[in-house]
Amino acid sequence: MTTALAFSHVDILFHRQNSKAAINRALAMLDEGGTREEIARTTQVTVGVADANLAIERGEISILMGLSGSGKSTLLRAANGLNKAVRGEVQIGNGVAYVDLSNCDDDTLREIRKTRIAMVFQNFGLLPWRTVRDNAGLGLELRGITPSMRRKMVDEKLELVGLSRWANSRISELSGGMQQRVGLARAFATDADILLMDEPFSALDPLIRRKLQDELLHIQKQLKKTIIFVSHDIDEALKIGNQITIMREGRIIQTGTPHDILFRPVNDYVGEFVRHMNPLPVLDAASVMRGLDLPGKTDDGFTPIDEAGLYRFDFVADQVRHIGGRVHAIQRHMTVPDTHTCEIGPGLVQCVPTGTSLHAVALLRQRSNMPVLIHREGEVVGLCDHGDIIRGMTQIMGG
Amino acid sequence: MKHMETWITSHKLPVGAVMAQLVDFVRKHFMFFFNGVSDVVGSLADGLTDFLLGFPPLLLLVVFTVGSYVARRSGWLTALVGLGLLFIINQGYWQETMGTLSLVLFSTIICLLVGVPLGIAAAHRPWLGRLLHPVLDLMQTLPTFVYLIPTLILFGLGTVPGMISTIVFAIPAPIRMTEMGIASVPRTLLEAGESFGSTPRQLLWKIEIPAALPMIRAGLTQCIMLSLSMVVIAALVGAGGLGVPVVRALNTVQVDTGFESGFAIVLLAIMLDRLCRAKGTS
Ligand SMILES: Nc1ncnc2c1ncn2[C@@H]1O[C@H](COP(=O)(O)OP(=O)(O)OP(=O)(O)O)[C@@H](O)[C@H]1O
Ligand SMILES: [Mg+2]
Repeated sequence: MTTALAFSHVDILFHRQNSKAAINRALAMLDEGGTREEIARTTQVTVGVADANLAIERGEISILMGLSGSGKSTLLRAANGLNKAVRGEVQIGNGVAYVDLSNCDDDTLREIRKTRIAMVFQNFGLLPWRTVRDNAGLGLELRGITPSMRRKMVDEKLELVGLSRWANSRISELSGGMQQRVGLARAFATDADILLMDEPFSALDPLIRRKLQDELLHIQKQLKKTIIFVSHDIDEALKIGNQITIMREGRIIQTGTPHDILFRPVNDYVGEFVRHMNPLPVLDAASVMRGLDLPGKTDDGFTPIDEAGLYRFDFVADQVRHIGGRVHAIQRHMTVPDTHTCEIGPGLVQCVPTGTSLHAVALLRQRSNMPVLIHREGEVVGLCDHGDIIRGMTQIMGG
Repeated sequence: MKHMETWITSHKLPVGAVMAQLVDFVRKHFMFFFNGVSDVVGSLADGLTDFLLGFPPLLLLVVFTVGSYVARRSGWLTALVGLGLLFIINQGYWQETMGTLSLVLFSTIICLLVGVPLGIAAAHRPWLGRLLHPVLDLMQTLPTFVYLIPTLILFGLGTVPGMISTIVFAIPAPIRMTEMGIASVPRTLLEAGESFGSTPRQLLWKIEIPAALPMIRAGLTQCIMLSLSMVVIAALVGAGGLGVPVVRALNTVQVDTGFESGFAIVLLAIMLDRLCRAKGTS
């Protein structure tokens, strides 16, 4: 059971008077392939989401994308029952069995909202009359946790989002970016394992947005939540998502990894959608590296690792030798290095895991001024030199 | 034409007669109830007046002044309360002022106890709101003297009919303001509460009421002001207070008494208004 949340054949329809008859008529039209406009014209029913199928694995960040009105928020809100599925199932694993959120009783729904699912809102949804700490503790308070316990749990999460100093401030004293961090702390505080985020960063200016994206990724490394994230911004989606879903007029057009969406769009619509984005963050070392035939290629048993044949990899001694006689030790990064902060030892050949972005590889190549080695779980499997990096980039620019 | 007119006037609809019969019916069969209400409420309100008058005026003046400082921490508001009360003592209207104060406090408390829950209920149930609005309009536009007559019949002369008229006139304010406040709580705040699993009751106490509190407070202030504007009419049906000297001045054409008691009412109104306003809006 690694699926945290699954939508199967979910239809969400809106009718002003909520008339059963009108909705049933709309469902019938939907089954006969009626479009949104036709259905709205004849039945006054708005199709929010039609026949959505989506499974989100535990620990993944799944992104919902699409133009305005494509049903992203509607689908997201079905995951905690703010919108009810008219048909289909929204299943959430409770560790033992699956619960269908679209038709469970109120108490079950409340219990799930209290303990399993938390939400972060686009316009923050903070209570202006409360302090930062009391806002972040809302979920715990609703659960009836005692004030002293609550304080301890909340302060921990405020620390996580870097707001400890502001715990007693009013919301109005905080900038937009800080307010959304309170929103994040509030969602983290309940220890819910599923997070719903409806364009959480789009009300913020680009600089703060990027910073919060980085922080979210950083926090995600520790907390390993399952996150559904609505975004307008394809670059944001590619940066933080493990899975991307493209929606159009209430329907899911394609679901896949960022790589799939970028390089294997199912139709022109998706292709057009991703055309103008920056693909660099998506390409990883594994997709551009040249494999090494190990061991030994030249007569002396060393493997040349650059185009000019100046550097050779000594597999046995785990070193790189320059043709001129200098010997370079290898600096292995066991996890994907953060190029902003990592130290590059002088004269060391950089060796990064396969999941490192092309972007980071290019930076390391530049800074160390030597080819970059790629390892999989410690074992060197490939290399990236200027040529490989350029080839990787031209390949995507050529389309 | 003339014929039709006489026909219309000769077939007068018995609106007045029906209302009179209704009051009569109520008086015949429910008098025990009205007597009970009259006794309880009357003795409570008069008891409060007597309680306030049991202290030396200067002591109460100090208590009120210090109390207003403790409550609001505003220097000039404290000065206003102190000097205002001093002026009232100086003019010799302390007793009447305490009478009015307890009348206003009592009717305001009752207005809030009934009005706030009613406003919340109306905000949650549109049908109740639709039902309530014309009634509230009626309560505020029907000339006070009209319902003063049946209140007099049912409750007799004294504090209670004055209070009832005051409540009828003032209660629409807290109802309306509460309803408006609750109905205008932003959608995202409600959804924030819901999405963290709040019960309807938690939603009400932790989100809706705090969010609507500024409006409810404004309703309270309005309610106090409306109650104060009824002191003269309350005095006409026998309630004590600052309305009494006004009525007396009117009957005997005494300009000086009229203005003295008038200023006392205005001062009391300003003090109560400033005390009840939300912080930072004065
Ligand atoms: N409560 C509602 N009542 C009626 N119609 C609704 C409701 N919520 C959403 N809709 C409709 O459902 C459709 C999808 O809306 P939704 O908010 O999911 O779009 P979105 O993809 O989130 O757009 P945006 O990017 O602008 O937020 C829209 O046509 C919208 O008008
Ligand atoms: Mg949306």
